[in-house]
Amino acid sequence: MLVVQILSYVCVALFLTMVIAKVIKYATTPIHLRWELYPVAHEKGRSGYGGSIFEELDWWTKPREVDRLNEYKEMFLEIAFLKGVFKHNPRLWVFSFPFHFGLYLIIVWLGLAFILSILFAAGVAFSTGFGKFVQVIVAVLGYSGLILTTLGALGLLFRRIANADIRRYSAPIEYINLVFILVVTGVALAVHLAVDPWLHGPIAYLASLVTFSKAEAFPAALQVEFVLGSLLLAYIPLTRMAHFIAKYFLYHDVRWSDDPNPRGGKIEGKLKQAFGYPMQWQGPHIQTGKSWAEVGTSFEEVKEEKK
Amino acid sequence: MSASRKPQETRVQDICLPCEQLVELDVKDIPKLPPPYENWEDQPISPLSEEKRAAAEHSLDGIIGMRIPKPKNDQEKEELVKKFLSGLERLFSKEDNWTFFQPFLLSMENCVKCNTCAEACPIFESSGRAEIYRPLFRADLMRRIAQKQRSPLGGLLSGLTGNGIKVTWETVARLADLAYRCTLCRRCAQNCPMGVDNGMLTRELRKVFSQELGLAPEELHADGTVKHLTVGSSTGINKHALMDILEFAEEDIEDRTGLKIKLPIDKQGADILIMHNAGEFLSWPENLEAFAILFEIAGLSWTLSSDLVGYDSVNYGLFYDDVQYTRVTLRHAEIARKLGVKKVVMGECGHAHKAFMAVGDRMWIEEANIPRESALTLMEDLVCNEKVMVDPRRNDFPVTLHDPCNVVRSMGIVQPQRNILKKICPQFREMHPHGVHNYCCGGGSGFAIMQSNNFPDWRMRISGRKKFAQILEAFRDCIDPSINKYVCAPCSNCKGQIRDLLTYYDAWERTRIMYGGLVELVVNAMVDVKEGFHEWEFH
Repeated sequence: MLVVQILSYVCVALFLTMVIAKVIKYATTPIHLRWELYPVAHEKGRSGYGGSIFEELDWWTKPREVDRLNEYKEMFLEIAFLKGVFKHNPRLWVFSFPFHFGLYLIIVWLGLAFILSILFAAGVAFSTGFGKFVQVIVAVLGYSGLILTTLGALGLLFRRIANADIRRYSAPIEYINLVFILVVTGVALAVHLAVDPWLHGPIAYLASLVTFSKAEAFPAALQVEFVLGSLLLAYIPLTRMAHFIAKYFLYHDVRWSDDPNPRGGKIEGKLKQAFGYPMQWQGPHIQTGKSWAEVGTSFEEVKEEKK
Repeated sequence: MSASRKPQETRVQDICLPCEQLVELDVKDIPKLPPPYENWEDQPISPLSEEKRAAAEHSLDGIIGMRIPKPKNDQEKEELVKKFLSGLERLFSKEDNWTFFQPFLLSMENCVKCNTCAEACPIFESSGRAEIYRPLFRADLMRRIAQKQRSPLGGLLSGLTGNGIKVTWETVARLADLAYRCTLCRRCAQNCPMGVDNGMLTRELRKVFSQELGLAPEELHADGTVKHLTVGSSTGINKHALMDILEFAEEDIEDRTGLKIKLPIDKQGADILIMHNAGEFLSWPENLEAFAILFEIAGLSWTLSSDLVGYDSVNYGLFYDDVQYTRVTLRHAEIARKLGVKKVVMGECGHAHKAFMAVGDRMWIEEANIPRESALTLMEDLVCNEKVMVDPRRNDFPVTLHDPCNVVRSMGIVQPQRNILKKICPQFREMHPHGVHNYCCGGGSGFAIMQSNNFPDWRMRISGRKKFAQILEAFRDCIDPSINKYVCAPCSNCKGQIRDLLTYYDAWERTRIMYGGLVELVVNAMVDVKEGFHEWEFH
C-alpha cells in the first residue's frame, strides 16, 4: 500500500507543478496589442448586443463603466453549463456537458472527501447522524459524477469515431485520452458497486495521505482505482485536457481585454519596455537586431530593402 | 495533375503530396443563391495559363493570390523551408513577437478540435465545405508542424500525436497560399467556446512569410505599405496629386450642391484631424466631399493632412506584417502630434478604425497618444442630436447595412450607424445575422485590393458569396428592378468588395442594387444641401 501512497504523492506533486508552471507561463507573457472580440461581457449596458465604449462621442473623457457582475455571470454560465458550446454546437453539448459536469461533481466529491478525511482523522465517524447524512451526499455526488463523466466520455468517443469531420482531425492521442478517462471512471464505478458501495475507500485513503500515515490494507480493486486516478491526475496537464487553465487567459487577457492605455499609465510603461526588445526577423525590409522602436520609426529606410 | 481526393475529403497530411494541384474546386459545389438568382450558374474559376503555372506557385487550389515565384532548384527549396521553420520559431519568441505572443501561444496550444469554428466560416460554407478552407485545417497544420519541430519528443511520438507532417517545399508553398484563403473576419474565434482564434493564427502565418521570407502579396507589401511609407499612399497618390484631388473635390462640391467649401489642409491646432482611406479619393470622391460638406455645415474645426502617409489612413500591415503595421501607425501618430489636433477621426474605413483605435491603442504612446474616434459616433452626434437638420424623405428607398467586421466584431461600434440610418432612412432594414455576428464582405484582410490573376474569381464565387446572398435576402420584398436599393457599407474595403460582387453578379442591371457609404446618405438627407447629392449611377 505504501507504494500506492508514494505514487499518489508523486502524481499530485506532478499535477500541481505542471499546472502552476502553465499558469506562470501564460501569466508572465509580455503585454500584447489589443485583440478583443465583441461581445465583451463587462461592457456595462452594451454586452447584450456587443457594443463598447468606442460608441461614445469623446469616449476617452467618459468614465469607464465595467460590469463585473455580468462578467461573473457569463463566466459562471460558461464554466458550469458550457454556454458557448450549447449556443454554437448543440450536438456536441449533448455529450460535452454531462462529461464536464460529471467532472465537476467528481471534483466536489473529492473535495468533500478531502474535508471529511480531515474530520475523520480528528475522530468524527460515519455512525453519527451528521456522518450518515454526509455519507449519502458523498455517495450521490460520487456516483453522479462518475456516471455522467462515463456517459459523456462514451458519447464524445462515439462522436469522434462516427463523425467524419471530427475523425479526420483526430490523432490517436485524442482517442487515448478519452479511453483513459473512461477506464478510470469505469473502473471506479465497477469497484465501488462491487466492494465499496458507500464510497468510504477514497475518504479513508485521502485521510491517510493528508495525515501522512500508513493506509489500511484496501482491497486490490480499490488499490487499482487509486493508482489509475493518480496517474490520470498527473497525465492531464501533459495534454490538451488541461485547457481549463488556458481558457481563463483566453477570455480575460485576450477576448475581453479592452483596458485602455491612457497617457502615463501602467500599460504605457509596459509598452515602452516592449518597444525596446530587439527583433531578429530576417525579412528584407527589416533591420535585424535593432529594437522595435528603432525599426518602427525607420520608415525612410524601407526603400533600401536587403538583397 | 490534381490529387485524387474530392475537395471535401482532403486530409491535413495530404498537404505535402507531390502533385501539381492539391484541390480542384468545382463551382457546382457552391451553395445556391436566393431569388432572383436561383438559376444563376457560375462560370468555372479561370484556369491559369501555362506561363503563369510555370512562373508562380499554385499547387494548393489552382488560385494565384500571393504570386510566390517558383524556386529554381532543390537548394533554393531547402533554403525556403529552413527560413519558414526559423520564422515559425520566431513566433514563439517574446522579443520578436511581443505584439501577439500571448494570444498566439494560447491559441496554438489549446484547441480541442471540436470543429465549432467550421460552421461559423463563410468561406468554408461557400466553397461547398472544401476541407482546405476549414478554419481547423490551416491551424491544425501549423500546430502539427510546430509541435513536431519544437517538442523534444515531437518526432518520436508523431504517430500518436498526428504530427507526422513532412515539411517540404510543397507544404510550405501551400501553407503560404492557405494564409490568403481566410479574411481574418474572426467569426470562427467568436464562436469558439474555448476562445481560440484560428483567424489570428492565419495572420501569424502571414507574418512568418512576410517578416522572415519576404513573401507577401504585392498589393499589400510592395504596392501597399512600402508605397504608403515612401510615396505617401498605397494608391500612389503623392502630395502634388493630393492637392489636385482636393481642388477637384472643391469644384465638384460646388457643381453638385452650389456650396463653396475650401477643404482645410494642415490646419495647425484644429479640433479634428480626419483621416480617410485614400482609395476613396480615386474611387468614391463623393465620400470625401460628403464629409467636407457635413463638417462645414456643422461648423466643426477640422483639417486634413498633406504629410507623407498622413492623407491615407490605411494600414495594410494590420493584414500581414507587424513591422510594417508599426511603421505606418507610428507615422500616423507622429503626424497627429505635430498638427496639435484634439482628436483624430477615422473616416469610413474599417481596418483603419481597428489599426488606429483598438490595436493602435497599444502603439500610440506618450505625447503621440492623441485620442482617436470613429466618424460613425461623430456623425451620430451631429444627426441624432440635430446639430444638422435632415429630411428622411430624401432617402425614401430600401437601405440595408453591411457591418464591417473590424468596426463591429473587433471594436464594438454597433449602434451609432444604426441610429443614424433609423433617423434618415425610412426603409432601413437589417441583414441577418448582423452587428457583431455579421458575415464578412469577403474582401477583408486585403482581399478587396488583390485583383490579379484568378484570385478575384475565387473572391467573387467563394469568399463573397455569403454576403451577396445576405444582401439579396435583405431586399427579398423589393427585389424588383423597378425599385432602386442601397447597400450602405461604411468601409472602403467592404465597399470595393461589394462593388465587385454587384458587378460580377450583374446586380445593378438585374435588381437595381446600388452600394455606397453612410456619410453620402447623411448629406443626401441634409436640408441645407441641395436635393440629389446621391446619384443613382453605378460605378
